[in-house]
Amino acid sequence: MMSFRLTLRTAGRVLMQLRHDRRTMGLMLVVPSVLLTLLKFVFDGRSDVFNQLGLLLLGIFPYTSMFLVTSVAMLRERESGTLERLLSMPLHKLDLLLGYGLAFGAVAVVQASVAAAVAYQLLDLQVQGQVWAVLLIVVSTAVLGSSTGLLTSAFARTEFQALQFAPAVIIPQLLLCGLIWPREEMAGALQALSDVVPMRYAAEALAEVGTYPLPTNTMWRDFGVIVGFVVVLLVLGAVTLRRRSE
Amino acid sequence: MPGEDKYSAAVVEDLVVHRGRQPVLRGLTFRVEPGSVTGLLGPSGCGKTTLIRSIVGVQRIRSGTVTVLGEPAGSPRLRREVGYVTQSPSVYEDLTIRQNVRYFGAVYGATARAADATIEAVGLAELSTALVGRLSGGQRARVSLACALVGDPTMLVLDEPTVGLDPVLRRDLWQRFHTLAAGGTTLIVSSHVMDEARRCDRLLLLREGELLCDDTPANVAESMGTDSLDEAFLRMVLSAEEEVAR
Repeated sequence: MMSFRLTLRTAGRVLMQLRHDRRTMGLMLVVPSVLLTLLKFVFDGRSDVFNQLGLLLLGIFPYTSMFLVTSVAMLRERESGTLERLLSMPLHKLDLLLGYGLAFGAVAVVQASVAAAVAYQLLDLQVQGQVWAVLLIVVSTAVLGSSTGLLTSAFARTEFQALQFAPAVIIPQLLLCGLIWPREEMAGALQALSDVVPMRYAAEALAEVGTYPLPTNTMWRDFGVIVGFVVVLLVLGAVTLRRRSE
Repeated sequence: MPGEDKYSAAVVEDLVVHRGRQPVLRGLTFRVEPGSVTGLLGPSGCGKTTLIRSIVGVQRIRSGTVTVLGEPAGSPRLRREVGYVTQSPSVYEDLTIRQNVRYFGAVYGATARAADATIEAVGLAELSTALVGRLSGGQRARVSLACALVGDPTMLVLDEPTVGLDPVLRRDLWQRFHTLAAGGTTLIVSSHVMDEARRCDRLLLLREGELLCDDTPANVAESMGTDSLDEAFLRMVLSAEEEVAR
């Protein structure tokens, strides 16, 4: 039986663990703003480019950091034996996974809010859409990163291996999502491939928010696809959690 | 039918477990009385941990049956009834003692007050706000024990719980085990320390995945014509080896 109470307790426990690691928290909150500032100066005088890229990077930072922090946290849970303990206890697998998703989703809200505040207020990022729409897409993308990390950590034995999944998962998505090169100009096979790349929907949704003052149907559809990916990844993650092992 | 045995806390029949192609347990059969302390002894690598994992229900078994409290080991109802303490402490290093015990307690449905009382019972009340990562090995072992005790289990399965503890703590811990057993809890404790064997109601001696003996400590010593359990086990292992050699 799933229990909302235990999902919340698990999320609370994960957040408590993060709170004891102040340096990681600090890095997660500060680095996106620093990188956005760097981007601003790189495209000094090309505010049109900064507006476009800045918004997209606003979405990719939380995705990346939540992916990394979740896969390492989950791997530690396996290595320390706490995962085996939890699986021998009356805890539903989805309580555990949703707890992780919820905790890192909450961190993503803070992270994205700080980065967005810096981008809007200090760096003068110009976005047509409303702030809540930006945050909605950014946070759902971060939760997507978190659930991807939960799944890939099942295929890693060590923290080194878990981190090696980061470039393997993130860079192909960056190449295919339309950020580096327009999807319309890719070869047919690559275009088809890019349709199953989760980050493409995040990139498209953010581009919509950047271009139109009101949420578009495309944005809502992309948001739905992102949520769909999250659900599928969490269910796959639950399948990798075995109560019995060799 | 093993499942119909109402008078045994655990019934193991013809249990065979392989790891890869290697047989680890080669057809074990024994019963565990409710409210007793059963010692599981044998040289390292003899299959103690695998047997313990089979009783908890986290080990994939090849054949035979393991019935705990009238149900197949690992069935959902048992997750509430069976407490499991792994060999290396499986607790969160980046949480305090209290945060650990309260979280695992919440999964069992125990209140915060019950969690605090359990911390007190393992003698860690004064350290309850200390991070587990800063504790000594013996203290961590007790936190891990508290995280299982907090669920008030009907059966408590402990894998080498006294490794790294000083003699005073070892004695305290064994006193606690006997108090629990007097209250009706069934305990299965693995160990390789012979003076601990004397404190058990019944001993199971394992060697290379086979049961060498299943008797009370007094009978074990007597049958080998010695009053030292150490010597008795040595003779038992040697005579088993002679038999293999012949």
